[in-house]
Amino acid sequence: MSRIRVIAAGLESSVQDLGRFGWAHFGVSASGAADPLALRAGNLLVGNAENAAGVEMTLAGAELEFEAAAVIALTGSDFGSSLPLWTPVEIPAGGRIRCPATRGGARCYLCVRGGIEVPKIMGSASAHLVTGVGGGRLRKSEVLAVGDAAIRRPRKPARGFPSWERAATVRVTAGPQAEWFGEEIYRNAYRVSEESNRMGLRLSGAALTAGGGHMITEGVPLGAVQAPPDGQPIILFVEHQTTGGYPKPANVISADFWRLGQMRPRDEIRFERVKIDEALGLLQRQEEWLYSL
Amino acid sequence: MTIRPASDRALLVEFDREISPAANAQVRSLTAALAGVRGILNLHPAFASVLVEFDPRLLAHDAVAALVRERAGAATEAGEEGRPIEIPVRYGGEDGPDLEDVARHADLSAEAVVKSHASAVYTVYFVGFATCFPYLGGLPERLATPRLAAPRKLVPAGSVAIGGSQAGVYPLASPGGWRLIGRTPLALFDVHGEPPGLLRMGDRVRFVPMEGQQR
Repeated sequence: MSRIRVIAAGLESSVQDLGRFGWAHFGVSASGAADPLALRAGNLLVGNAENAAGVEMTLAGAELEFEAAAVIALTGSDFGSSLPLWTPVEIPAGGRIRCPATRGGARCYLCVRGGIEVPKIMGSASAHLVTGVGGGRLRKSEVLAVGDAAIRRPRKPARGFPSWERAATVRVTAGPQAEWFGEEIYRNAYRVSEESNRMGLRLSGAALTAGGGHMITEGVPLGAVQAPPDGQPIILFVEHQTTGGYPKPANVISADFWRLGQMRPRDEIRFERVKIDEALGLLQRQEEWLYSL
Repeated sequence: MTIRPASDRALLVEFDREISPAANAQVRSLTAALAGVRGILNLHPAFASVLVEFDPRLLAHDAVAALVRERAGAATEAGEEGRPIEIPVRYGGEDGPDLEDVARHADLSAEAVVKSHASAVYTVYFVGFATCFPYLGGLPERLATPRLAAPRKLVPAGSVAIGGSQAGVYPLASPGGWRLIGRTPLALFDVHGEPPGLLRMGDRVRFVPMEGQQR
C-alpha cells in the first residue's frame, strides 16, 4: 500500500468523506466534506466512488509527499498549486504537492485514486474536528495510506465546475419559523465572521428579529439559518449540533451546500428565497453536471 | 401531529409545542418506526418533535410525509418500557464544584441535595444537541438552579450537572454553563461501542452516590 507523508499540514486540514449519517439520535452530526460537491467531483475524476475519503484543506493548504506514483485531483478553490484544478494528474513516486494559500474560496480538496485509507469510525472516515470522533486535524509528519478503492478509469478534466465569488448569493427555502420573521434577511447583505468554523458559519449584519412565538428545542438540519437572541444569524454547518432552541427563518438549499464550504471570513453573502421545487430542480441540474464527469 | 418542511431535505414532525411525557412517547415510537428506512439519513428526536432528514435524490417530501403518517399511526401501541440505568456519581468536591452553590440556592444542605438528586428517577427525553448528551426530565423542582452567568471553558467528561430545571451529564469534555454537582466514571460515549451511546430515549436513569464519596 502506498503512502502520503504530510510535510506541512496547513491551517486546518483533515480527512473527510461525505459524512457519518444515522447517528443524529445519539447527538452526532454527520461532519463530512464542507464542500461535498468538490470532494465528489474529485473522487469521480480519479476513478473513485464519490464517497471515498480525501484531504480537505482550509484557507492555507498542506504540502504532501507521495511515496509511490499516484493519480490525484485537486478540486474546490485554487490554493496556489502549480497543478491544474478539476483535472486528474499523475504524480511520480517521491513527488510533492504544495497548496500554499487560497486565491478563491475557503477549501481545496485533494482526492487520490484509491482513496485515503483510514479506519471507519461509526461508518465514516470523516474527522469530526470539534469532538475528535474519526480523527482530528492532520499533523506534520503524519502518514496517510492510499487505499485500493478505485472503481473505474480516471476521467477527463471537468468543465463548467463551480467557482466561488466573494460576494455571493446563497439560496434558501423557508425555515420552520419563517413566519416569525420579516424581510430583513432578504434585504441585507451579511458578512461572514472570523468566528466561523465547521460547526457554524456566523454572520454579521442587520439583526433578524423574531416577531414572537414560542418554541422548544427541536431537531435542526444542515444549513439551518438560526436567529439567536442578538439576531446575528448562524448557519449550521457540517459539525452542527443536532438540536437547537433558536428560531430558524430559512434553510440553505442542498444545491448550495458547496457554497457554505467555500465561504471565507469577511466574504459578503446575500440570501435569496426559492421554493422547495426550485431547490430540487437546482439540485438535479447539479447532479447531472456531476455525473457527466 | 403536524408535518412541515424544515429544508429541501428535511421534514419537522411535531406532536406538541410543549414538553410532555405523552408527546415524548410519540417521538420515541416514531423514531423507532423510521429507523433503517432507505433514503432517510438522520432522525433528530427532541422533546416533542422529530426532524427527519432524507436524501432528496431518493425520497420526496410527500412520500416521507406519507410514511410518517403511516408509521406514526401504527406505532401508537404502548412502546417498550424504558430500560433502567444506574449511573454511579462522586458528588461534590473537585468532581462537583457547584454542589455548594446549588445547596445555597435550594436552601438545603449539600447532603440533602445529593439525597434528593439521587432519589429521583429521570427519564431520557432524548439524546441530542452534542454527542450523546441526554436531556433528562425529572429533576426535583427544588434543585433547579440557574446556569452560570459565564460558561466554563472546559467541563470534564462525565460531569453530572443541573441547568435550570434540567438535569444532565456531559458525555465529553466541552465548554458548558450548567452547575456541576458530581462526576461519573461511566462512559456515556464510546466510539467503538454498539451502540456508541450508553443512554437512549426513554431510559429511566437513577444516580447512585459512590461509596465513600458522601461526607
